[in-house]
Amino acid sequence: MLIKENIALSENGFVFNPSTGDSFTMNNTGKEVIMMIKEGKDLNRITELMAEKYDVDRNTLERYLADFLNDLNVYNLLEEEK
Amino acid sequence: MSKQLFERPTITRLTPGVPSKHGAASVIAPMPLIDGVKVDDLIDQFGSPLYIFSEREMRKSMEEIKRAFSVRYHKTQMAWSYKTNYLDSICRIFHQEGSWAEVVSGFEYDKAIKNGVKGENIIFNGPGKSASDLEKAARNGSFIHIDHMDELFLLSDICNSKEIEARVALRVNMDIGINPRWDRFGLNYENGEAWDAINRIMINPRLKLMGLHTHIGTYMMSTDSYRIAATKLADLAYNISVKFEYYIAYIDLGGGFASRNTLKGAYLSGEDTTPSFDEYAEAITSALINSRIRPDKLPTLILETGRAIIDNAGYLAGTVIANKRLSDGKRATIIDIGVNILFTAFWYDHKIHPVNSHSGLVEETAIFGPLCMNIDVVRSSLMFPALKRGDRIVITKTGAYNITQSQQFINLRPAIVLIGINRQVHVIRQAEILDDIVKNELIPDYLA
Repeated sequence: MLIKENIALSENGFVFNPSTGDSFTMNNTGKEVIMMIKEGKDLNRITELMAEKYDVDRNTLERYLADFLNDLNVYNLLEEEK
Repeated sequence: MSKQLFERPTITRLTPGVPSKHGAASVIAPMPLIDGVKVDDLIDQFGSPLYIFSEREMRKSMEEIKRAFSVRYHKTQMAWSYKTNYLDSICRIFHQEGSWAEVVSGFEYDKAIKNGVKGENIIFNGPGKSASDLEKAARNGSFIHIDHMDELFLLSDICNSKEIEARVALRVNMDIGINPRWDRFGLNYENGEAWDAINRIMINPRLKLMGLHTHIGTYMMSTDSYRIAATKLADLAYNISVKFEYYIAYIDLGGGFASRNTLKGAYLSGEDTTPSFDEYAEAITSALINSRIRPDKLPTLILETGRAIIDNAGYLAGTVIANKRLSDGKRATIIDIGVNILFTAFWYDHKIHPVNSHSGLVEETAIFGPLCMNIDVVRSSLMFPALKRGDRIVITKTGAYNITQSQQFINLRPAIVLIGINRQVHVIRQAEILDDIVKNELIPDYLA
């Protein structure tokens, strides 16, 4: 799972896709997750780190992380799995 | 170290330069408290969803409307519109504030009597009064507002056969410069039917004409319409005084003042566009004062305002059941509040607040209720924060019509609590249980 190389990420949570011209904004948790993906962390590790930091049960967390990754896919921000 | 509150991660596409249909971004403030009471505590104790009423808001609205009219006109009387919300506790608060009862059925009439309202302080409106309703109201000295000629003749027959008298008023409909014209209730001003009925009442020894009534519409945003209506009723009252040397006791302008909810399809928020009580009061009272009625014979002004004084006082709290993505990519959030308990979702774009704080980032969302029916749409589209299953929400301005028009449908209806002036919480109607629904059912022997 990798963010496409050409995608620009700002620390403030703005995302720009130069190939489509689309820009996006994220909430804090979205920003954290995308930064972790960019750092190369896998889904298990991200889930672990988020569970340590936030008051959320494992099922809910996994469900909404999957949802978020689906959003990233829909918006064409992730490298296609090979 | 305690853990942080989790908000589900979201990403939203920006469309610079093109405002969305929602216009500029607006802040959706969390609503953790209602009248100083924690919404989370209320839901923990009484369940979700939950109707919540604020006594403080009700009394405040009553104070505002009474002040707006009484500073401009010497004789104003409020009459609580039972159909807007006839929970006994709610009615009693308004009766304590000096309101009479305005009822539109025998059922509502009996409820008003049960709430301790004297017969002579009940206004009986509506097109569907039965013969027994009419006789009871006449015997109690209530004000019977005649809706059609058939009712006038029926009441006259009852009074003759029972040798009783009735205090009556005539409901009049008229052109007030708006469309659609509300002409299905009462008798028409322009075509002369109202004047004809007035003459029939005046020559009937058993009917005493006490007043004239109109109800020009519902959620009326135009104060000028009230000015026209008050002027026309005052003209009728003047004509009666000229022809019969008789002065009616009251003019009843009905209800219909808009609340601060936003009507579906309205471009601007109801918060910004709804006239104030002062604006309505100015239009109505100046029309009466400037009429040809002698100043010492000016009638009492009766108002049957319901929606505008109870809507703000009602809240509906609930819980997020699920989130999903629709085929067009839009978010959908399913909550445990359906249109069966939020009937006004068909009329208004209700404001929905999360109970607890959120990051401030919002995304376009549809809010659906829990009913397995396609019509169960609370908001078809709004900018809403990223709530997750179990998060709680509050829908505001739900005090008018949602209790009286709620249906038991698919789910049982929730409890209703009242937050008193002293912030004590009182259950004013318990949540329904299965037995409430089936207790009147009968099963034929062969199915037993």
